[in-house]
Amino acid sequence: MNGNTQLASIKSSYSIEKAFEQITKIKFPAKKSNGKLTQKVGFFLLGLSMLIVLFFLGSIVYFIIAKGIKAISWEFLTQVPRAAMTKGGVAPAIVGTLYLTLGSLILAIPLGLACAIYLCEYSPKSIVVNIIRISINNLAGVPSVVFGLFGLAVFVKFFGFGVSILSGSLTLGILILPSIISAAQESLLAVPHSLREASLALGATHWQTIKKIVLPTALPGILTGVILSIGRVAGETAPILFTAATFYMRGYPKSVFSEVMALPYHIYALMTEGTHPAAQTQIAYGCALILLILVLSVSSIAIIIRQKTKSLS
Amino acid sequence: MKEKIYKWAFTVLAFASLLFLTGITIVLFKESLPLFQKVKFFDFIFGKAWYPTYEPPEFGILPLILASVLVTIGALFVCVPLGIGSALYIHELAGPKQRAILKPTIEILASIPSIVFGFFAMSMMAPFLQKLLHIPVGLCAFTASVILGIMAVPTVCSIAEDALSYVPKSFKEASLAVGANRWQTLIKVVIPAAGSGISTAIILGMSRAIGETMTVLMAAGGAAIIPSKLSDLFAPVRPMTATIAAEMGEAAMGSYHYHALFAIGLILFFITFIFNIIAEMISRKFRLKLGLSG
Repeated sequence: MNGNTQLASIKSSYSIEKAFEQITKIKFPAKKSNGKLTQKVGFFLLGLSMLIVLFFLGSIVYFIIAKGIKAISWEFLTQVPRAAMTKGGVAPAIVGTLYLTLGSLILAIPLGLACAIYLCEYSPKSIVVNIIRISINNLAGVPSVVFGLFGLAVFVKFFGFGVSILSGSLTLGILILPSIISAAQESLLAVPHSLREASLALGATHWQTIKKIVLPTALPGILTGVILSIGRVAGETAPILFTAATFYMRGYPKSVFSEVMALPYHIYALMTEGTHPAAQTQIAYGCALILLILVLSVSSIAIIIRQKTKSLS
Repeated sequence: MKEKIYKWAFTVLAFASLLFLTGITIVLFKESLPLFQKVKFFDFIFGKAWYPTYEPPEFGILPLILASVLVTIGALFVCVPLGIGSALYIHELAGPKQRAILKPTIEILASIPSIVFGFFAMSMMAPFLQKLLHIPVGLCAFTASVILGIMAVPTVCSIAEDALSYVPKSFKEASLAVGANRWQTLIKVVIPAAGSGISTAIILGMSRAIGETMTVLMAAGGAAIIPSKLSDLFAPVRPMTATIAAEMGEAAMGSYHYHALFAIGLILFFITFIFNIIAEMISRKFRLKLGLSG
C-alpha cells in the first residue's frame, strides 16, 4: 500500500467513525410518532421543492413554445427581415448562429483535445501540470462577458479583425475551450490503465496506443462534452455583443470578416432597440423558440449518449 | 521518430491553448491599468457614484458591486432550497423510474441559454410581478434575483445530487440499522457526509449567478444606484456584468470609460476566481473524506 492510499483509507475510516458517532448521537424520541411526523413534513417539503422546480422550468418552456409557435412559419425560417424588423423572417440570424457555432468548434475541438491528450498521456505528473489543471478549471468559471472583453481587446482591436464572424468565433472558441478540455480529460482518465498496458505489452507504440485504444474508448465521453458545448455556444450572447453581432443585415454575411446576426443577440436587440415593441416581441418569441429547440435537442443528444455509455459500463 | 513528432505536436498545441487562457489575465490587466493613472484603486472600488459619461466623469463601482451582491444573494434564496431540496428528492424519494427521467431532464434544462431566461423575465415575469406586488417597475433587483435563482437551480441540483450519490451506502445502512428513521438518516448522516460536495454546488451556483450577464442585463432594470433599504429590492439596479455589456458599445476605444469597463471585468474575474478556488479546495477535502481518489 503506498502512502497516498494509506492516507485516504485512514481518512475514510476516520470519517466512517465520525459517521457512527453521529448515528449514536441521534436521540431517539420517546414519542415515536413525533419522529414520524418530522419525517412526513420533511419528505413533503422535498417533494414540494421538486414540484416547484419542475413547475417553474416547465412553465418557461411552455410559454416560449405556446407564444413562439404563432410566429413561426416557413417564411419566418427562410426570409430576411423586412419593414423595420416587424415582418419577414430571421434566416440571417439562424445562419449566423450556425456560422459562429461552427467557427468556434473548429478552433476549440482540436486545441482542447490536444491539450487534454497532452495532459493525460504525455505530460509528466508534476506541480506544473497540476497548476495547469487548476487554472483550466478556474477559467471554466470566468463570466462569459469577460471573455467578450478579451475578444474585443485582442481579436477586434489588436489583430484588427473588426466586429466579425472571425472575432466572434475565436472568442466563443476560447470560451468553451476549458469545458472541452476538462470533459476530454475526464473521459481519458476514466480509461483503465490495464488497457494501455496491454496495448504497450503487445508492442504498440505510445501514439498507436493512444490512437487505437485510448481515444476510441474515451470517445463517448468526449463526444458528450463537445455536444454540450455546442448547445452552450449557440445560446451565448455576452461574448458576441462586442465581437460579432449586429442587429440588422440586408442579406447574409459575405466573408468571415463581416458582421453577423445571431439568434440570441437578435432576441436581446428586439427587446431593447427598435421602434415597434409589440411586433418585435412577437418575433422575439419566435427566435426564442427556435433557439430553445436547437439547444434542448442538442443537449438531449449529449445526455442520451452519456446515459447509454453509463448503462454499458 | 514519429513518436517524438506526435509528442511535440501535442505539447505545442497544449501550450497554444494555455497561451489563450493565460492571455485573458494579461489582457484584462493591460487594458484596465491605464484607468488607475486617473482614478485611485480604492476610489474605484468604494466610490459611490458611477457617472462615466459626465464631465468630469466619476468611476465609483460600489453601486455596481452592491447590485451584484444583492442580486446574487437574492438568487441564493431561490436556488439553494429548491436546488438542494430537489436533489434530495431525486436521491432519496424518487423511485428508479422517476430518477431515470428526472436526472436527465434537469441536466437538459440546465442548458437553456441565459438569454431565454432574460427574455422570459422581461416579457412575462416583470409585467406579472408588477401587477401582483403593486411595484412601480417590474424590472428590478427582485425580478432579477428570482429568474437568476431559477436559472441556477438545475446546476445546483445536479452537482448536489452527484455529491449525494458518492456517499457510501454503508453509512446509510449503519444508521438505519441502529434504528434511525429515513429522515434522521438523511439529515444527520447523509447530508453531513455529502456536506462539502453540497457546498461546492452552492458556490458554483453563486459563481454562475454573479457572472451571469444577459439575464440581469434584461431583468434588473439598469439604474446605477446604491441599494440601501429593504424596499430597494424592488428598485432597478445595475450589476457589474450588465454595466459592461450595456456600456461597452458606447465607450470610445481607449477612453477612461473603456478602461474602467475592463477594470470591472478584472474585478469580476477575481471574484469568480476566488469562488472557484474555494470550491476546488472543498471538493478535494470531500473526496479525501469519503476515501475517493483525489
